[in-house]
Amino acid sequence: MSAVATPPVGKSGLEWVGTRSLRLLEEVGRFFYILHYTIYWSLRRPFDPREWMRQMVRVGVDSLPVVALTAMFTGMVMALQTYRGFERFHAESFVASVVSLSLIRELAPVLSALMIAGRIGSSLAAELGTMRVTEQIDALYAMATEPIQYLIVPRVGATTLMLPPLVACAGGIGIFGGYLVAVGLLGANPVVYWDKTFQFLDLNDVFSGLIKAAVFGLILSVTGCTKGFFTTGGAEGVGRATTAAVVMSSLVILLSDFFLTKILF
Amino acid sequence: MAATPTRDSGALASAAAPKIAVIDLWKSFGDKEVLRGVSIDVAPGESLVIVGGSGAGKSVLLKHLIGLIQPDRGHIVVDGEDLARADNSQALAIRRKFGMSFQEGALFDSMDVFENIAFPLRRHTKRSEEQIAARVRECLDLVHLQGVERKATSELSGGMRRRVGFARAIALAPEILLFDEPNTGLDPVTSAVIDRVILEMKENLSVTMVIITHDMKSAFRIADRIAMLRDGRILTVGIPEAFRASPDPYVQNFLAGKPHEEEQ
Repeated sequence: MSAVATPPVGKSGLEWVGTRSLRLLEEVGRFFYILHYTIYWSLRRPFDPREWMRQMVRVGVDSLPVVALTAMFTGMVMALQTYRGFERFHAESFVASVVSLSLIRELAPVLSALMIAGRIGSSLAAELGTMRVTEQIDALYAMATEPIQYLIVPRVGATTLMLPPLVACAGGIGIFGGYLVAVGLLGANPVVYWDKTFQFLDLNDVFSGLIKAAVFGLILSVTGCTKGFFTTGGAEGVGRATTAAVVMSSLVILLSDFFLTKILF
Repeated sequence: MAATPTRDSGALASAAAPKIAVIDLWKSFGDKEVLRGVSIDVAPGESLVIVGGSGAGKSVLLKHLIGLIQPDRGHIVVDGEDLARADNSQALAIRRKFGMSFQEGALFDSMDVFENIAFPLRRHTKRSEEQIAARVRECLDLVHLQGVERKATSELSGGMRRRVGFARAIALAPEILLFDEPNTGLDPVTSAVIDRVILEMKENLSVTMVIITHDMKSAFRIADRIAMLRDGRILTVGIPEAFRASPDPYVQNFLAGKPHEEEQ
């Protein structure tokens, strides 16, 4: 008897740990299975530029308002908060540097990725999950079409490609938001503020933010697709897959953020 | 052809080499053994109907034929080629001999009817748009549907969805057609229409057909032979008259719609 099939009644603590570990390993295995075959199939014919474009519009263009709004307000709050803090030891002039550095290096990539995980990760899981439970994925197989190549490759590719430009926009908009609050509301000197914004910002910061963005895009799209692709259990299963996709990809984004930051600097 | 139902399902008195040979197929999901040594041959051009109660493993067996599920043990041989031993491109070539119709149609809901039927043509042929349109119309004619090309799949009734599914399955002119419960959830009249469409397809396209169903009325209408699947094994197989006359009490109970005593 496998540990997974054991009924929950009278489970020992050890069994619980075993079951949980097996399930975790299964999740990780599925993630890398999809990742592996996504890379494998992305290098093989037929290529599908039209579908890629469609998905890039869906991920990139359609997500811009959400990401822009998030970045705008994050920048504004950052300026407000740091100003109130820095005021206490007369370091107001560094508000601009803190806002731009934290936005470009950290907040724009992570917050955008979290927003996209909610918007795109969930819809990928729901879309593929529905196709799974209504046998549309089986139908693709039956028509000698590889579902990973047809469905997952353009979705993962588009998300990975579109996250860096989205994050770049988010960074710019966030800095602008900070500028608005600092200059407009708190009376900072516009020239000094602008100057300070870029004084400590170097190209490496920008690149680290963009690399993070691409990695997050890969993670959230593969997670969403994995959850959808392995959906079982009808409409309820699709609901579960959707929730799990958002929760898992958000968690993995936050975890990997630490390690990425450690590696990139 | 096997004249009498036989428990020895592997040995069939068919003269020609079988189109599909299923040899000692085993499959379990977790602890549940779904198929426990299924062996059956399908002769070229025949329509084999596999009946059995819910959970007997009919769908699982059908999905093995096209390689949607890999067996734990056993072989599926199509035109002398073993599906399990085929490499990627061979498997793809074998799979292209099949057309499959799914339970609820499994139409792509992101596309309209035309695009659904055109999908395999666009994927696997280099036909021009006019040729594709002509072929789609031809397939729709075969299933007696007209003027639905631009309808969304959600606008179709249950019977129409099945028929569009049939049209999509035959688009690439497959040699073998698989039907997963084509009549489930349909009223008796629509069900009869579906059976007629299946029979016509068989005559017009000279294909080999494997149909799974639990609808005995429909089974007798469309089958050359009927096989009964029970507890993951073929219980009996034979021509419809012989199947009807089978001495097996389980078969008789199934025909009469009575629960079997051994059934818990």
